[in-house]
Amino acid sequence: MLRYAARRVAAAVLVVFGVTLATFLLMHLEPGDPARAVLGIRATPSAVAALRRQWGLNSSLPAQLGHFLSQLVQGNLGQSYIYNVPVASLIGGRVGQTAALVAVATILAVTFTLPLSALAASRQNGVADHVVRALSVFGLALPAFWFGIVLIEIFAVHLHLLPVGGAGSGFGGRLEALVLPGLTASFAMAPILVRSLRVGMLEVMDAEFIAVARAKGLGGLRVLFGHVARNALVPTVTLLGLNVAYLIGSTVIVEQVFNLNGLGSLLLSSILNRDFPVVQATTLVLGGGVVLLNLATDLLAARLDPRIRLR
Amino acid sequence: MTAALGQDGPPFVRDGAPLVLAPLRRQRSVLVHRALRSPALIIGCAITLGLVLVAVLAPLISPYPPDHQDLYNILSRFSSKHLLGTDELGRDELSRLIWAARTDLQVGVLAVIFPFCFGTVIGTLAGYRGGWLDTVVMRAVDVLIAFPFYVLVIGLIFVVGTGTTGIYVAFAVVDWVVYARAVRSTTLVVRESDYVAAARTGGLPDWRILWRHVLPNTVTQAVVYLTNDVVLVIVAVVTLGYLGLGVQPPAPDWGTMISEGQEFLTTYWALATLPGVAVLVTGLGLSMLGDGLADVLRPR
Repeated sequence: MLRYAARRVAAAVLVVFGVTLATFLLMHLEPGDPARAVLGIRATPSAVAALRRQWGLNSSLPAQLGHFLSQLVQGNLGQSYIYNVPVASLIGGRVGQTAALVAVATILAVTFTLPLSALAASRQNGVADHVVRALSVFGLALPAFWFGIVLIEIFAVHLHLLPVGGAGSGFGGRLEALVLPGLTASFAMAPILVRSLRVGMLEVMDAEFIAVARAKGLGGLRVLFGHVARNALVPTVTLLGLNVAYLIGSTVIVEQVFNLNGLGSLLLSSILNRDFPVVQATTLVLGGGVVLLNLATDLLAARLDPRIRLR
Repeated sequence: MTAALGQDGPPFVRDGAPLVLAPLRRQRSVLVHRALRSPALIIGCAITLGLVLVAVLAPLISPYPPDHQDLYNILSRFSSKHLLGTDELGRDELSRLIWAARTDLQVGVLAVIFPFCFGTVIGTLAGYRGGWLDTVVMRAVDVLIAFPFYVLVIGLIFVVGTGTTGIYVAFAVVDWVVYARAVRSTTLVVRESDYVAAARTGGLPDWRILWRHVLPNTVTQAVVYLTNDVVLVIVAVVTLGYLGLGVQPPAPDWGTMISEGQEFLTTYWALATLPGVAVLVTGLGLSMLGDGLADVLRPR
């Protein structure tokens, strides 16, 4: 287990470095001059030059990269060009909202996915199976943000059951405000999960120990939950890990639809403001989050299924 | 899209090993026979063809030009004059939907051409050659997959600039990964097959083996991915339009229509809802086409 974990961690570190490098290059390949963008078109050349000097934009690209990396290692993400506060504090204030959204969406997605794929797999080529597969095709073609708008239309505008948007206040209010966004984000992911998990469960059902369990006279539900679902747990965990990047990416859009102040909306507004350090740091935090969650699910899967460690 | 991307493994995997789909050229009559008996494929083809026709014939069939304003009928409901009503600028909703099909289908299809070609070629080469090329390609794939798809695409559009050029560049950078990964794993299987060994023993040069024996077997898989990918890309184009980063107004685009309609959600539901239905129908058609195609081409 330790050797496997060490290998996975090493790979993750490498990917995080790649993500950092890619983010840095992305920001510095941008043709516009951030100093001029912040000061506006009426700024004097000397003011622009002074600001460029202050932000260290005059040194060479490798030197800037070195500076950026050394600051990053010390936990310093830089200073926002627009708000003039440390980027870390901006991100710190937002990360909770996004994390809560990801958590709620994951829980909802698993809650939908497990019973649906179990139902489809246990009735292969039956009516239920066809319905579930049709639903998953339907879900795949559904633009998540539009589905969110439709949910707002039904549950907030017409039924007045849930808030239209915003973060809400108090624990209950916050949770209430996360229901529709969480549903929207989970619906973006659920069809992919159902499709893969159904196939995973079908494979488990072909296994000999299932035939043995049935031969012993165990009932259908008992076999399904006691034997099949247990063994489908590992592929579920792996799948969740693989889809985390997609889920975190879709929070950017979901936050926009529901007017939530998370990392995604910070990213979008910083892009529109050309606030380079914030864009850079947010991208890095979101990318790093994906790598970390991937690592966590990999290790969890290896813990649940020892065979994985040997691969 | 990145993670949804590449998650379509299951239809092509048996016992953990990727299945090599039948080359398109082979067994034509068998494939045609199977195709005619696949309802998903036929329905998918019909929807897709219908949409392509609508997009191509937009100038002929749309009742009004997409930017024509009827200022006496702003936000009007369904009527004989405006079948699906008008938006806040008095533009005919049906005409905008039809012209948006033209924009979005075109952008969606153009955006996947480069990723499809580059990904297939680089995936085949990486799988066949192995060595440093394989290492470099797979590391690049790892890094690109680690990025949340929309975050990377939005970042790239930030660099290149909003609009269709931004979309094309962003997808060229991000989307080849799916094809490369899928095609590489198929190539690893094909590379070990007897006919490739025979071709190599026969002294054929590598490029000829790749072109005549490997690529025909890997490209089928990439084509199946292509139909699923176009769905994801069109949904992404619409999403970017919604965020104001994609197709720029006044060009008609489903995403922009949805974001403009969202303001009138409480007063007139159709403005935000109908463009979404259009995306949904497009996606359903292409998904069914893709699933049907995979089913027909799967070796059995």
